[in-house]
Amino acid sequence: MSRPYWSVSRRRFLQSTGLGAVAVTGLVNAPVVSRAQAAAVKVGVLHPVSGALSYSGQQGRLGATMAIDEINAAGGIKALGGAKIEAVLGDAQSTPEGGNAEVEKMNSAEVAAIVGGYASAICLAASQTAARYDLPYIIDVGVVDSIVTRGLKNTFRFGPGFGVIAKTALDNLVSINDQAGKVAKTAVIVHEDSAFGSGLAKLLNAQLPDRGFQVLATIPHPTPTRDFNNVVLQIKAQNPDLVIPANYYNEYVLLARTMQQQHVRPKGIYSVLGGAASSYKFVKEFPEAAQYIMDCNHWFDPKNPKAIELKKKVEGKGEFFTYEVYMNYSCVLLLADALERAASADRAKITAALESSTFAGHVMPYGPTKFVNGQNQGAAPVNTQVLGNDIQVILPAAFASAKPVFPMPPA
Amino acid sequence: MLSPAILVPAVLNGLMTGAVYALIALGLTLIYGVLHIINFAHGALLTAAMFAAFFAYKVLGLDPYLAATPLTVLFFGLGYALQRFVIGPAGHGDDRNILLVTLGLAIVIENALLVAFRGDTRTINLPYAFDVIEVGTAFLAVPRVVAFAVVILVTLALWLFMRLTDTGKAIRAVAKEKFGAELSGIDVGHIYAVTFGLGTACVAVAACLLIPSYYVNPTAGNAFVLIAFTIVVLGGMGSVAGALIAGLFVGVVESLSGLYLGESLGQIGIFVMFILVLLLRPSGLFGERA
Amino acid sequence: MKAFMPIAVVVALLAAVPFVTASNVVLNFLVVALLTALVGQGWNLLGGYGGQYSFGHAAFFGTGAYATAILQVRYGVNAWLGFAVGIAAGAAVGAVIGGLSFRSGLKGSYFALVTLAFAEVLRIVASVAPITGAGVGTLIKLDLRPEALQFQSRVPFYWIILGLVAVSLVIMRMIEDSRFGAYLVALRENEDAAGALGVNTTLVKLAAMTVSAAIAAAGGCFYAQYFLFIDAGIAYGPWISIAALLAPIVGGAGTVFGPLLGALVVKTLGEATKLVAVDAPGLDLVIYGCVLILIVAFAPSGIAGLLRKAWQRITAPKSLQPEQSHG
Repeated sequence: MSRPYWSVSRRRFLQSTGLGAVAVTGLVNAPVVSRAQAAAVKVGVLHPVSGALSYSGQQGRLGATMAIDEINAAGGIKALGGAKIEAVLGDAQSTPEGGNAEVEKMNSAEVAAIVGGYASAICLAASQTAARYDLPYIIDVGVVDSIVTRGLKNTFRFGPGFGVIAKTALDNLVSINDQAGKVAKTAVIVHEDSAFGSGLAKLLNAQLPDRGFQVLATIPHPTPTRDFNNVVLQIKAQNPDLVIPANYYNEYVLLARTMQQQHVRPKGIYSVLGGAASSYKFVKEFPEAAQYIMDCNHWFDPKNPKAIELKKKVEGKGEFFTYEVYMNYSCVLLLADALERAASADRAKITAALESSTFAGHVMPYGPTKFVNGQNQGAAPVNTQVLGNDIQVILPAAFASAKPVFPMPPA
Repeated sequence: MLSPAILVPAVLNGLMTGAVYALIALGLTLIYGVLHIINFAHGALLTAAMFAAFFAYKVLGLDPYLAATPLTVLFFGLGYALQRFVIGPAGHGDDRNILLVTLGLAIVIENALLVAFRGDTRTINLPYAFDVIEVGTAFLAVPRVVAFAVVILVTLALWLFMRLTDTGKAIRAVAKEKFGAELSGIDVGHIYAVTFGLGTACVAVAACLLIPSYYVNPTAGNAFVLIAFTIVVLGGMGSVAGALIAGLFVGVVESLSGLYLGESLGQIGIFVMFILVLLLRPSGLFGERA
Repeated sequence: MKAFMPIAVVVALLAAVPFVTASNVVLNFLVVALLTALVGQGWNLLGGYGGQYSFGHAAFFGTGAYATAILQVRYGVNAWLGFAVGIAAGAAVGAVIGGLSFRSGLKGSYFALVTLAFAEVLRIVASVAPITGAGVGTLIKLDLRPEALQFQSRVPFYWIILGLVAVSLVIMRMIEDSRFGAYLVALRENEDAAGALGVNTTLVKLAAMTVSAAIAAAGGCFYAQYFLFIDAGIAYGPWISIAALLAPIVGGAGTVFGPLLGALVVKTLGEATKLVAVDAPGLDLVIYGCVLILIVAFAPSGIAGLLRKAWQRITAPKSLQPEQSHG
């Protein structure tokens, strides 16, 4: 997409005359940096840190800023003469309009790239706006497939999308069930009714029967839901072998607690992108309700020492090591690698560097990076289970730290 | 779906959920009935009270049912002060302006909580939170049964207060005829503040009843606001008994329509019923003409 | 023509903005502010002039947005046509809700809450109905051609929303001077008296509601084209119902420029407070809320009221005109 004719690209002009990168016009003026010190590379860090999604947004921001601090402490971007990364923080206020406005400001502040978004709706709007300026945008979490099917050259998603997640979840479910002697035949899906839950439920509904499972009921619920007693009543009435939840943290907590209260104990709780099923916070606060719950979700590589070190650091700060943290952390590392290889803060060069990236220095179980149409091909979720007071990876075998316990032992 | 094994527990669930809704609506209906303002800050005040109940347990070790008493007094004072020193003066007695002031308050309170306590969801784990009473096929969670009982008691107490005490009569007088009340020597500004305080106190009790089973974060209270408004109108604005009955009714409707239509579409049951009642009987079930 | 001079001046000033700055931050800000002003103007007709407060203008905004989005995405209808249909759809919804409510004699807070309930019903239905994409929402395909009502640059969007706002200002001015407007204000001040004087109050309210809904729906259609993604919460959520009443009341309900003034003030306030609180999420909104309360406290007739009082003090300090009572 070319720039509109009336936008004079003074930045290019100044760079070509060797005055270094200087921010121009817009409402935010950056100070002129002397040539003695390599000019900082600005990176937009966009998250919904206020509003309904504030917790996830703040965790995402934490992961991104920790990565930036680490890179700077290790000497910045070497290919740019040790240039430090300067974070331009943005609050999307949990709405697409908020995200959109922040992208405009970040563009005006001459960021080289943007990382973040978190929620699919925000990611869609923000990456689209960034595309107007050929501004590379790395999606941290947003899972809807439409994010990478719009044909936008600037958008890169490091983590997996719906389609991959649903497929992996089903493959792993079949595998676990087979290993246990095919004890599970029926399932009830409980999902939240917005983009993530509905989209996932649709895929699961379509594919579960083909894999030999009968879906007894699909129960959607709004976010927020004030009470799960009736949902649990329905689950009880259907008496499924498996309960498959797909919802956010708060609702998951209420659901799990209500199931415990009502003595509903299926053969397995197999969550897909569960809000709390693979959350250290949940395990710490509800150890009994959390036992044996399985999840197919974003997770770090437990065999990667860098990941373990990051976990210690984050927990040392008194925070929980949630997926928003390490996914954003990895996205920033991915970007830094692209900056090194592009040896430039030029957007087009960064985009090209990302397109050809084979980055493997992240903390996710994805292997080397490879983007096709903006989607990282190696990205996939893993299966976890709460065993003891810890969350273990049970599949795939390459990253597993424990064997699945299925069916759930009696209470 | 029609089997009694499901229907009966669903109705019981609805009654218990509805009781808490009723208490929240009770606060709102008092405020509307007397001050004639729609209090947009009600949800945020509920959230604040839930945080207070949470910290009373975490920091002081106070069981929520014990914390209810000091918190009720505290939040009565907060409500009184808000009406006396913020809403009253800033609103200039104009409905539109008062609306905006309560809206502004809602934004301030919710975000002050976010700044102070961050966005994390907090919960408490009480030893009796998972105890259940078995009634036929239904497992009734103890905290919810307690909540039901407390709401009935509080409603009764409030109703008696309004009927028998001088302040209660003054409140009813101001609600019915403000100028006349003023002429008979009632300090209307004070009564307004007392009413707002009572409304906020209701929310404090509701928070203590919710916290054993629910969670709290800066936006937690908002989920209850719309349904509270619905109950206020259904029960008749200003009617204490109306709020209770409408609350229980709405709880049961929500429960049953959730069963038949699914939890998402089922939410429609409440609003459709609300619309129908208003179209057919605009003053609500027990209310007086608007 | 003299009556329209102020509108012409204001619109001309705003129209000059893209020639003065190339900043997309400013343009985007203004686009969103003008969008808020447009929806607020819709609310203003019914609420400010007519005295019927609606808490559910999202119902019309969302209908416009979904109508145009669904027509484009599922039926391949041209975006401009979709826009027009969206406005009509919103107006129709307004007529239905208005018809039902006013015929039942709903007034005041009851009317406000019933509009809220209608908006919620629509939101819930939209969140489960397959045609809207249910929870997943509707994504309009990126197609940067004028024929598809999408533009590479922000500027054409700016012209369009400015044009819509200009039209709404003109409509409001015309209504103000017309008999219809007189009836509307009369029934706001005292509905029974107006009825006694022979005004068909139900019909007047219904007409106001339909036009009000059409204007709000235009805002919704524009939102869909500008952001290209809507879901039930975006289309029918409380956020837009609140914005629709916030702008006019802050700016001055019952005045032509109230919504525009209010939208600009409120949005500027939002951006200004953001500058203050980068590291403490939520702090900006605390300040925003406080300032909002202060504005209401010190400008009870809205910003327009403040300006009018200032103007009166400047131009006619010894005027014999009685103080205008604020509507």
